[in-house]
Amino acid sequence: MEEKELILSVKDLKVSFKTDNGTVKAVRGVNFDLHIGETIAIVGESGSGKSVSAKAVMGLLSNNATIEGGTIYYTWNDEYTGEKKETDIVKMSGEDMQKIIRGRKIAMVFQDPMTSLDPTMTIGKQIMEPMIVHYNKSKAEAYKKAVELLKLVGITDGERRMKNYPHQLSGGMRQRIVIAIALSCDPYVLICDEPTTALDVTIQAKILKLIQDIQKQKELSVIYITHDLGVVAKVADHINVMYAGKIVETGTTEEIFYDPRHPYTWGLLSSMPDMSTESDTLYSIPGTPPNMIKEITGDPFARRNPYALQIDYRLEPPMFPVKGSDTHKVASWLMHEKAPKVEMPETLKKRIEAMKRGDK
Amino acid sequence: MEDYELKDFEFNENDFELVGEQVDITKDEVEPFHPGWKDVVKRFCKNKGAVAGLICILLIVCLSIFVPMVSSYKFDAIDTASANIEPNGAHLFGTDEYGRDLFVRCWQGTRISLFIAVVAVLIDVLIGMVYGLVSGFFGGILDGILQRFQEIMNSIPTLVILTILLTVMKSSLFTVIVALMFTEWIAMSRITRAQVLKVKEEEYVLASRTLGSSSFRLIFREIVPNIYGQLIIMSMMTIPNAIFYEAYLAFVGLGLAVPQASLGTLINDGFNSILVYPYMMIIPAIILAILMLSFNLCGDGLRDALDPTMKER
Amino acid sequence: MMSDTILEVKELKQYFRLSRKEIVRAVDGISFTIEKGKTYGLVGESGSGKSTTGRSIIRLYKPTGGQILFQGTDISGKLKADEKKFLHTKMQMIFQDPMACLNPRKKVIDIIGEGLMIHKVCKTREEMEQKVYQILDLVGLSKEHAKRYPHQFSGGQRQRIGIARALVLEPDLIIADEAISALDVSIQAQVVNLMKKIQKETGIAYLFIAHDLSMVKYISDHIGVLHLGHLVESGSVEEIFENPIHPYTKSLLTAIPVPNPRVERTKVLHEYDISMLDCPYTESKRIYIGGTHYVLGTEDEVEKWRKE
Repeated sequence: MEEKELILSVKDLKVSFKTDNGTVKAVRGVNFDLHIGETIAIVGESGSGKSVSAKAVMGLLSNNATIEGGTIYYTWNDEYTGEKKETDIVKMSGEDMQKIIRGRKIAMVFQDPMTSLDPTMTIGKQIMEPMIVHYNKSKAEAYKKAVELLKLVGITDGERRMKNYPHQLSGGMRQRIVIAIALSCDPYVLICDEPTTALDVTIQAKILKLIQDIQKQKELSVIYITHDLGVVAKVADHINVMYAGKIVETGTTEEIFYDPRHPYTWGLLSSMPDMSTESDTLYSIPGTPPNMIKEITGDPFARRNPYALQIDYRLEPPMFPVKGSDTHKVASWLMHEKAPKVEMPETLKKRIEAMKRGDK
Repeated sequence: MEDYELKDFEFNENDFELVGEQVDITKDEVEPFHPGWKDVVKRFCKNKGAVAGLICILLIVCLSIFVPMVSSYKFDAIDTASANIEPNGAHLFGTDEYGRDLFVRCWQGTRISLFIAVVAVLIDVLIGMVYGLVSGFFGGILDGILQRFQEIMNSIPTLVILTILLTVMKSSLFTVIVALMFTEWIAMSRITRAQVLKVKEEEYVLASRTLGSSSFRLIFREIVPNIYGQLIIMSMMTIPNAIFYEAYLAFVGLGLAVPQASLGTLINDGFNSILVYPYMMIIPAIILAILMLSFNLCGDGLRDALDPTMKER
Repeated sequence: MMSDTILEVKELKQYFRLSRKEIVRAVDGISFTIEKGKTYGLVGESGSGKSTTGRSIIRLYKPTGGQILFQGTDISGKLKADEKKFLHTKMQMIFQDPMACLNPRKKVIDIIGEGLMIHKVCKTREEMEQKVYQILDLVGLSKEHAKRYPHQFSGGQRQRIGIARALVLEPDLIIADEAISALDVSIQAQVVNLMKKIQKETGIAYLFIAHDLSMVKYISDHIGVLHLGHLVESGSVEEIFENPIHPYTKSLLTAIPVPNPRVERTKVLHEYDISMLDCPYTESKRIYIGGTHYVLGTEDEVEKWRKE
């Protein structure tokens, strides 16, 4: 892999929420890097803190959330001098965030296309508005660009569509509009928070393809946040598996799918029925994710882990690098040299072998 | 990565043994039991304005009940010898032009205002809520008819209704209540209907339907418990309206008959001599203002405490 | 063979009148049968009428046309009291949204026990409680959970409560309306396993409505593919997956995301548009392919599709 320039670097990010019942430590030290033109995915169950991490990057956390620590470095070239700059998003004020980062540098596509569009505004207005606000473009310029954007997201009769209201469009159409709005200020990073879960499978595939095409054209860096491993398999270069506010396994897509090491990743992979599952029961990860209000000692996954070690109940594992790879890292004591050798479940092994052969 | 420093960890002997068979965790833990109303009370108590409002309301209620009972003056006892006395030790709020003690009269008037508040809530619940429930739940033609009727009622100005009423009835408390009955329930029935329409299509209502629940059961077991928060808030908000409505009627001279007193008639009487004896009008006006402010604050607090959107997370 | 059929839907039509001029044909003449103890998967995208079908069968709507035979009884017309009771006890539904399908103001025990009390299956409250505890145990929850309110449970747990509510009256058919789509992948597997286990133990039949073909394949015996209110293809799982004929089915099949990067990246999507058809669905016929396999189309079309 060629060395690409780093655009976003999240280090040890910690976010917590104050609620009536106590403080929820939603994100407990997350690290990930994003390079220019790269696509990374953050995979996890709901409540694992994947959306919260993304919102922290966008500076869109709700009022009862605090960033307890960590840094989010965003690297960019100054528009005028061309020199390289690095800013810590965590330290930025809300106003600066709005002026410099949000929309212009990093844009976000949300899960539900119905709620992320304003039902009282025509879609044309909604696409043009950020350009007028952020770049002081004239109306005519903005209009021209908006039609171009619509073409980019696969809407050919853009001029006519500009006058439509969101409710006049289908779900897939709306998500295209949301993407067009996100792209309107030429961001460098696009965060897609479950961009296709609310859509039908056939449209899902089209939207993913669309994002991929745009990414190629514009050299965008994309962060996918999803629980759908199928989506991840299609689009991501690099995967971060998140559990209970921490990344438990990170690696390239190939590494995660063909050589998973963390028991949680095993569970995730084997609980998805692929087209050839014949066995009678699907593998499922027992239990439910831990309650994040409680203090977690040791590995939060230990209770659900059939391969749990004694130490898991006592100490939280660090990230162990996997031998022979600089990208693949796993947070599990099973990776320690003293740990017993544990193999992934037989069915998963078979499946991965079949997958490597490339059959369905 | 740098944090891969195993030196930082201390290891025990059995650390790297598999735990093996784990406890049965398909029956997972859940949070301890918190009844919903406790949260509501807690949230309400956090809102200082609402608590202050509640205390004011309780204070005013107590005063209005006990002052006329224990006071040595009667609210309609005329004593021309001591007319127009400014507030002093014997007459805390002074006396009016007929020498009636304003302290007692004010609290007597508050009584009436509060009574009207209670009646307004009852009308809201008995007429407005039932109307809205029926209209929203059964829908169809019935809904159409009920809605048209309600629109007609709503289009007639209240003052017109009252004036017509006064041609057939004496101006009295009863008349005010009848006038309230004509219009007060409309807002409530609208809110109820909107809420019912929203909740009616929720999956848990459908689920109950597939189990064969009767309409009665659906309404009172499934729908009402999920909208009563809104309804309580709504009726809280109608209280100041009703009180003010009565005061306003009294002020334009359509309220209670003498010698009865309500805050509205007191203000009206005081207004006649505002330049000479400002206290006659200012004191009841202040009580009215405090009362309405308290109800509003309280209603706001209640809304925030009950609001289901705040409930999640 | 006939005695094995639990539900027979014949030419079911469900129209909704939006205004005087507009009528939505949500379901437009579909027919299928479900056998005892088997699972019928109904797939389609949003707006295809799959949820409407389920709701019409359980009579949340009054069907506009067609016939629904449930264990030999016609339940599509006006129902008599005993027919109502039969329908409401022997057919149950599991809903999509675990957050919305449980009344937030009721305790779990009252939610699950509701059916028992309505139909007076249990005479006393104690009896009802005993029954509810048994069912809770079956779905992997404990007695202590019965006294709690729904918001204290996670999504997967709530869905299990929903299943318990459907099971408590010992029905013969459960309609699962997108019962797992709102859950996380790992929890989906738990719920599906539970449903399978229950089927094995009680011989219940499912009508499994979903848009996720991979789960449908895993759980179903027969599959019907819905599009715009028409059943475009139906047959056994093997028939549909090994030999899909209708272009819409093909497009659905290729669109399923597979957790395999190498396959997923090189995959070619089958695009489908209603305009690709020679004649609209309403004029097409059900054409017999073989076994239990039917396709909606004209003879020429099917001939053409088969060659592709």
